[in-house]
Amino acid sequence: MAARGWIEVSDAYCKGCELCISACPQEVMELDMTRLTPKGYHPAHTFKEGCTGCAICALVCPDAAITVYREMTKVAAEAVV
Amino acid sequence: MTIAPNNLVYDRPEAFTDMPTHYCPGCTHGVAHRLIAEVLDEMKVIDRTIGVAPVGCSVFAYNYFDTDFVEAPHGRAPAMATGIKRVLPDRIVFTYQGDGDLASIGMGEIVHAAARGENLTVIFINNANYGMTGGQMAPTTLPGMKTTSSPDGRDVETQGYPIRMAEMLSTLEGVGYCVRRSLHDPKNIRLAKKAIRTAFETQWRGLGFSMVELLSTCPTNWGMTPVNSLKFVEEHMVPAYPLGDYKITDPIKQIKV
Amino acid sequence: MSRELWKGNEAIAEAAVRAGLEAYFGYPITPQTEILEYLSRRMPKLGRAFLQAESELGAINMVYGAACTGARVMSSSSSPGVSLMMEGLSYIAGTEVPAVLVNVMRGGPGLGNIAPAQGDYNQAVHGGGHGDYPRIVLAPASVQEAIDLMALSFDLAEKYRMITMLILDGSVGQMMEPAEMPEMRSPNRKKFDWATDGALNRDRRVLSSIYLDPLAEEQTNFRLMQRWKEVMANEVRYKEYFLEDAEIVIVGFGTAGRVSLSAVRAARERGIKVGLLRPVTVSPFPYEVLDRLTGQARTFLVVEMNTGQMLEDVRLAVRGRVPVAFYGRTGGVVPFPDEILDEIQRINTEPVSAEADPRQSWLDRMTAIKA
Repeated sequence: MAARGWIEVSDAYCKGCELCISACPQEVMELDMTRLTPKGYHPAHTFKEGCTGCAICALVCPDAAITVYREMTKVAAEAVV
Repeated sequence: MTIAPNNLVYDRPEAFTDMPTHYCPGCTHGVAHRLIAEVLDEMKVIDRTIGVAPVGCSVFAYNYFDTDFVEAPHGRAPAMATGIKRVLPDRIVFTYQGDGDLASIGMGEIVHAAARGENLTVIFINNANYGMTGGQMAPTTLPGMKTTSSPDGRDVETQGYPIRMAEMLSTLEGVGYCVRRSLHDPKNIRLAKKAIRTAFETQWRGLGFSMVELLSTCPTNWGMTPVNSLKFVEEHMVPAYPLGDYKITDPIKQIKV
Repeated sequence: MSRELWKGNEAIAEAAVRAGLEAYFGYPITPQTEILEYLSRRMPKLGRAFLQAESELGAINMVYGAACTGARVMSSSSSPGVSLMMEGLSYIAGTEVPAVLVNVMRGGPGLGNIAPAQGDYNQAVHGGGHGDYPRIVLAPASVQEAIDLMALSFDLAEKYRMITMLILDGSVGQMMEPAEMPEMRSPNRKKFDWATDGALNRDRRVLSSIYLDPLAEEQTNFRLMQRWKEVMANEVRYKEYFLEDAEIVIVGFGTAGRVSLSAVRAARERGIKVGLLRPVTVSPFPYEVLDRLTGQARTFLVVEMNTGQMLEDVRLAVRGRVPVAFYGRTGGVVPFPDEILDEIQRINTEPVSAEADPRQSWLDRMTAIKA
């Protein structure tokens, strides 16, 4: 089963350049046209389910604006305990 | 669900300060900076690193890395870095330079730092134009490419041919590691990071001069969207500046990153 | 330490080593290449940094880098090479880090020749790199004085976070004289609170000469000027010879001053009341003592190995109260004492006009002789 992930895109750093949107293999990202960052950009965000936490968005982000998380699988969680 | 440390896959590098960069949206200077910061984090050398900032768009690089930094006159970063490294040989000293800084006004300084085999790391950002000053022709501008000082396209008859720095410097014996990578897609960004890590490891182990040339975008001066700029690199710059390893000495080949 | 025969350039090099020089970056250029060559032997043996750079441009930037780490660092060059260093000097000044530069001056402008001259006074004292920045300039007239001023150069540079230049003409660099070296001072790199030497156990530092906000840049300029005020108040140095009752005061620095001293002695034997003021710091300039001498002298005679550069600073100090005459040899020509004695005798008998331009009068006399 595919990993489930989620991301946080920081309004302080995101410049709406869309490189992450273009790179996301799951195609779950777009610019949020309903709001602006303090600098006046439309920030990127995930707009539907499907993020796997692959972190390719963070890899291509020129502003290190994205923090990436992934849910652990049950096996990995048990390994930790 | 509470977030455990194991949930975190990627976070902003420690070696970055909090300051948002001034670079244009989508400019791969940011990617290069981020990769360097990640490498400094991984090697745990933040507190023994001194960076040398150039003149160019990255003139304010010193605002973004949480390390000691000095500001060099245009083109002189390899000489300043030499001065620092010669008196502080156990520090990590790196320069970060663009096309004009390294391949035009700074040509003398970079060739000689490389020829002397200075244990420095140079990150060379090649985006085929002079970004900061508004998009003039650079030594790396492609034939036929329009810039503000070659408005009809670079005419090789009167304006000469581009210079391939990675190839040229790799002919020098003092050079330990000299490669060209690109930042135009995830696969190449990963390879670029490995190269940057190898370059810093080269310095750390005293194995000679190291340089990573990174093909980069300049969406604003190229008049393209950031995403289309990446395509321009792939379709036009990579053929003109082939990616690859131009010099890796045997001891460096042993380094696993 | 005993006195030994030392060649000027080598004495300067050794004196710098004894003052704790940690790094030298230079480039060959006559008549100072011996400094580079001497240090190429000496510095590596002491485990200190030495490098022949790719050009003077490279050298000054290497100095800049090392200076940012707080190391005692210097370069040396001669006139055309020093011109190349001007960009670097401006940056060093704007970043407020200490550095020492030795200029062994030669005939110019342009490629000129390799003979001794003092044609870089203006470059050193008034101009040079772009922007407003002060700098300390010392002018030795003998091998011993050069040795003595070397340690002082580093101390002043560090004390005021400023450039200190040691300017001498080719003859002092090339001549051999008996001199005494000071004891060896081991390099003891101080922990400056501004140095970028790797942020171990402290917050990071940035050294830059960029002040994008004009108001911030203006504050920086004011800060440099305030610091210069301190230098002017505390660091003026000069030598006085036969001045107590002098009616004619010769002003000359370096070799010009030294040759003038011989002429002064000869003139005194002929009963002429002449004395010599020899600035040791040409920057800060000894305005005060000149101002005081204006009260007693009836004429000044400025002697230089150029076409009249320090002349203007003397005229500024004198403010037209007393006539100022000028005698110069340039292009690499070194004046002999008898030429200066002739000048002294001439102005002793024919009063110098207060209205005539001293440089033009001199030029007329010099070119008339040729004709």
